[in-house]
Amino acid sequence: MMTFRELFASEFMINLVVRALIVGLLVTLCSSLLGVSLVLKRFSMIGDGLSHVGFGAVALAAALNMTDMKLFISIPIVIVTAIFLLKLGNSKKTKGDASLAIVSTGAVALGSLLYNMSNQRSSDICNSLFGSASLFTIGDIDLILSSVLSIAIIVLFVFFYTKIFAITFDENFSKATGINTNLFNMLLAVLTAVTIVLGMNMMGSLMISALIVFPAMTSMKVCTTFKGVLICSASVSLICFVIGFFAACLLGWQTGATVVAVNLVAFIGFSVVGKSRRKVLQ
Amino acid sequence: MALISCKNLTLAYEGKSVLTDLSFDVKQGDYLCIVGENGSGKSTLMKSLLGLLKPASGEIVYGDGLRQNEIGYLPQQTEIQRDFPASVWEVVISGTLGKRGLKPFYSAKDKALAKKNMQLLSIDKIKRQSYQNLSGGQQQRVLLARAMCATTSMLLLDEPVAGLDPVVTAEMYKIIKELNDNGTTVIMISHDIAAAAEYASHILHLHNKHLFYGTKEEYIFSDFYCKFCGGDKK
Repeated sequence: MMTFRELFASEFMINLVVRALIVGLLVTLCSSLLGVSLVLKRFSMIGDGLSHVGFGAVALAAALNMTDMKLFISIPIVIVTAIFLLKLGNSKKTKGDASLAIVSTGAVALGSLLYNMSNQRSSDICNSLFGSASLFTIGDIDLILSSVLSIAIIVLFVFFYTKIFAITFDENFSKATGINTNLFNMLLAVLTAVTIVLGMNMMGSLMISALIVFPAMTSMKVCTTFKGVLICSASVSLICFVIGFFAACLLGWQTGATVVAVNLVAFIGFSVVGKSRRKVLQ
Repeated sequence: MALISCKNLTLAYEGKSVLTDLSFDVKQGDYLCIVGENGSGKSTLMKSLLGLLKPASGEIVYGDGLRQNEIGYLPQQTEIQRDFPASVWEVVISGTLGKRGLKPFYSAKDKALAKKNMQLLSIDKIKRQSYQNLSGGQQQRVLLARAMCATTSMLLLDEPVAGLDPVVTAEMYKIIKELNDNGTTVIMISHDIAAAAEYASHILHLHNKHLFYGTKEEYIFSDFYCKFCGGDKK
């Protein structure tokens, strides 16, 4: 167990912690906003599928001995998959959920084979699945990319908030009134893909989709307007992340698992509050 | 000049032709009911009127200042909407979006339009309530108000009374009739032939690629009406 004093013993450590915290907060903010739209459109499983594909892509980077460049390998792969999954979900003929399972389990299988072939230590696979325990893995590139991404998402949600609402609520109506819904869906897929890849490092590919699903579901237990859900989702996820991050640092736990556990507690808490409030109203 | 005129329209859905050689006009102030059983092509026709589906051949011409994206559309409710966290106000005012292009926020004019339509349908008192907690009839009113925000002159209603109880159904029909009496052109897709014969001015009956198009009076004396309502010719 580390005390605060040890944790912040050197300037070097402080820099690492601050950088990880900033990247984490930015990714959390992005995923909580995107998550509201994804969950309401019944796309939350796509987030899960993408993170599995992300695992495969990172394994590919490791096999190619290009771990330093893994973001530049995994981001394009995951974006292409996201667009593909979106098309799959929209066409009525295919069995969307089964195809999604094929894509995600296939990617995990290929990924672990690649890890084996490249003689990586099993701790690397473990880090990739459950999130990295050390803060050293978060580089400047993560910081730059997550800043750009979160600015893009915040601009999108502030300036196109009304359109995002309309398309999420009723895609056909929006299309009939002349809104370019395909462009929006594409944008949603691309931004989700980038968010997942950036967050995977810290959260692990098995748990990154929790950042997308939990905040949205938690805030929907209590909030009843779209704007309320968005604001609540962003605040809840940021608070949960800060609590989880420092708890993990001080107790020496894994960051990803701790953050998800805090989110779970928040979800249960909000569910109880929501239920009792509904009872009072009735 | 008609608001919408369909000329020799042939529609196909996923490669299969659903309707062939369909021609009809919708004029200002008409109340057209499109009836027919499941699979007769009602929804496909509606999608092409809204521009969501390209006709396989023939054309749809919009006139009298009506643009395609100015049809106020009342879709059937989806599973997603029933438990959607949104206030009544958020839903209604989203109808004004089509006209605004890239402007990010609602203008005072949009807000006034939404307010007016909510008063017209007497849902202004539940403005702040959550859509998911409303009754089926109230939800339908909210969606109708949204459709009215999207249009200046024409409403396209897809089974507006599906799943509503008889009292609320009658209310809904009354509201639609009033809107029509005040000058709004209405196209309604329906299973309910009896109601169509009561309220509509024109009827389009789709059945196995055969169809009837004419005024209500002609329809009541046609073979179609007899066959489907089981009654004798009057």
